[in-house]
Amino acid sequence: MNEATERLRLRFSKTGRAVYISHLDLMRTMQRAFQRAEIGLKYSEGFNPHAQMSFALPLSVGTASLCEILDFKLREYISLSEIVFRLNRSLPEGIKALEVYEWENKAKNIKWLDIDGSFEYDDRSAAELLPELIEFFSRESIVIEKKTKSGMGQSDIAPSIRSILLDDDNGSVTIKAVISAQEPTLNPEHLVTALRQLAPQLAPDFASFTRTQIYNADMTVFR
Amino acid sequence: MDKKLARILQRVQKPARYTGGEYNQIVKDKSKLDLRMALCFPDTYEIGMSNLGMKILYGAINEMDGVWCERVFAPWGDMEDELRSAGIPLWALESGDCLSSFDAIGFSIGYEIAYLDVLNMLDLAGIPLRSDERKELLPLVFAGGTSCCNPEPMADFMDLMLIGEGEEMDVELLELLRTAKKQGWTKRQFLLEAAKIGGVYVPSLYHPVYNDDGTINRIEALEGAPEQVQKRIITDFENSYFPTAPVVPSTEIVHDRVTLELFRGCIRGCRFCQAGYVYRPVRPRSVEKVVQQGIDSLENTGYQEVTLSSLSTSDYRPLNELCDGLLDFCVPRSIGLSLPSLRADNFSIELMHKVQSVRKSGLTFAPEAGTQRLRDAINKNVREEDLLNTCRIAFEGGWNNVKLYFMLGLPTETDEDVLGIADLAMKVLALWKPYASNKAKGLRITVSTSCFVPKPHTPFQWEPQVDMDEYRRRVTLLREHLRAKAITYNWHDADTSLIEAVLSRGDRRVGAVLEEVWRNGGRLNSWSDYFDFQRWLDAFEKCDLDPKFYACRERGFDEVLPWSRVSMGVSPKFMWREREMCYKAELSPDCRVKCTGCGAVRLLKGGRCDE
Repeated sequence: MNEATERLRLRFSKTGRAVYISHLDLMRTMQRAFQRAEIGLKYSEGFNPHAQMSFALPLSVGTASLCEILDFKLREYISLSEIVFRLNRSLPEGIKALEVYEWENKAKNIKWLDIDGSFEYDDRSAAELLPELIEFFSRESIVIEKKTKSGMGQSDIAPSIRSILLDDDNGSVTIKAVISAQEPTLNPEHLVTALRQLAPQLAPDFASFTRTQIYNADMTVFR
Repeated sequence: MDKKLARILQRVQKPARYTGGEYNQIVKDKSKLDLRMALCFPDTYEIGMSNLGMKILYGAINEMDGVWCERVFAPWGDMEDELRSAGIPLWALESGDCLSSFDAIGFSIGYEIAYLDVLNMLDLAGIPLRSDERKELLPLVFAGGTSCCNPEPMADFMDLMLIGEGEEMDVELLELLRTAKKQGWTKRQFLLEAAKIGGVYVPSLYHPVYNDDGTINRIEALEGAPEQVQKRIITDFENSYFPTAPVVPSTEIVHDRVTLELFRGCIRGCRFCQAGYVYRPVRPRSVEKVVQQGIDSLENTGYQEVTLSSLSTSDYRPLNELCDGLLDFCVPRSIGLSLPSLRADNFSIELMHKVQSVRKSGLTFAPEAGTQRLRDAINKNVREEDLLNTCRIAFEGGWNNVKLYFMLGLPTETDEDVLGIADLAMKVLALWKPYASNKAKGLRITVSTSCFVPKPHTPFQWEPQVDMDEYRRRVTLLREHLRAKAITYNWHDADTSLIEAVLSRGDRRVGAVLEEVWRNGGRLNSWSDYFDFQRWLDAFEKCDLDPKFYACRERGFDEVLPWSRVSMGVSPKFMWREREMCYKAELSPDCRVKCTGCGAVRLLKGGRCDE
């Protein structure tokens, strides 16, 4: 008999209007969804008890995802499929529970993630920019300036891009890339930052991204 | 989502407040609607979503078949600038449709400074500001809320104003509008008919005539207008609508919790308190009902905190039972119960321990004045010994954070009263050493003072506000006498208090000042980031009006006050008597000790107060 309450993992998607919910707000939103679903989260001991739940990879405001991970503990056993069912009745528009399972692989082992993106250009032709963009992202080294804890620092994002495919589609450029999820973390926004800093003529007027899959270091799908 | 908007949302602060899509939002099938209403709150999402009145009206109106009520809030400055430069008109959160496509646009105005944001939101939606510029029946633009108890400053902008409690009145108004829309009435035809609904004030049916000295000679009621508009109340409060499935925001708001309403009205009769007069008579809700509404709300929202809201929560007779009933549900689910400020005189130690068994917050008291004489004069029935006794008990119970709220500039205040505030704070401080159970933590006393603003429909409606220099002198005097390390002193700006005083008791001419301030960029003035005093002074000058005429002038009993065509059910004679008692520092008993005959019981149509 398997009555897991301790090592539970929710895989969920966050799309549409929900992409504007910040990481901190998502914690509250999830906690309330569990409460509405009458799924009792385990609380920490101590002066100011908090629900035991943690998100694997913080997601930037504005970025969508089909593969978010939330680890949590329950006070008492509820069947895994029941948790999914009840959560989906209790989540706000744009957040969908996909699967709940007992985890064996720690979230820190997530290494790579797939992103889909699009670069939009208002007054330039995506098709004409495409060759230059492909050249840019195939460079050996792409060093950007970014904020760190101790002021501005330099960072080479090229090693964090495992692969990248660019294409033009209906006036915009589509991106499919595998980038480093952790250690180091590459925020997909930094692809745009790199263009702004190093090749402003290629920087899009608007960019959007969706996380589509997460992987272990050996590129097997992370569960 | 619109592509232009998606780009903007990437750039503005806290975009989640502009997207809608929250849990429990109400979405209806547009093809089955007779009427669409935009319920607007003239301040940000975080403030408006915290407002219980908004939740009640949103739910009550959406109970109507064929009517869809959606929410609209004021955008923050960065968002407004983006919307204006992109040419995107203001929309409602649920549907994303622009305000101008709605049939009814209703504003809930709880504080006067938000008048500017009413104008700004109309303009952002591309709707003409003045009622007479809107020739068609639709969209009908109206307002309700506490600030409408003086309807005159906004009179030129609103088609009508709702005086009193809205949950029944709004429904009646919208039913009439549904008929009018179906039958193609003219706006004039509709307004004349609407004026027959109890509580509806149609400004265009009243015409003020002024004396040479700027005071009002008379306010003429035109044909078809009631002589006086009597405030509406819910007579059966026990069974009236309460929203047990309010919208749960996906981003943090100011009061992010379940709020329960224990009763309307207040038994106390503090002479400065507008809420204490305009929400009369007292109508409690039963403990069984409130507990059930609490449980339902918590289940439907998933909130981790519940609080009790009323003007004087500790006057709720079965408060202990209520807390027990809620705690039975809350404790096993790690849900916190928080109590708002309690009166110092009947604070119960048992209650305190019960509440802190879940989570602990600071203690807040509002003695309002520093001496017993002045507290008696304003009828704030708190005795110093009660306050000190409560603090002693609290310190023994492990509390170490006390907030004390006062007003400066109350009628009859002298320097002795000002210094009494310092004296009282020092007495609280002196209790810490002998009684504190955990001295290691250190005591924090916060003393806050605001500048008294005389309000319409109170015994002080005839009173002058102290001028700004005098208020600042009293602040300085107090500050010099509050020099203990454990005491922090905060005081409210004189500037904003003066503007509040003008708007509270302004007449119809003040509308021009509002429009002028707005035209010069005035918005979100309840936020210090945006308040610009000079802009107000310039506007008064341009409109040839003196702010001191409204704020700092004493009125006589016979003066025609701008709000004299609306009644809160409390007779002016009663209020004048209360004012005279203030000058003699005489107390009035609370409603439970003895009825003082204010007149509000008549609103219950044969019913009795506080039952």
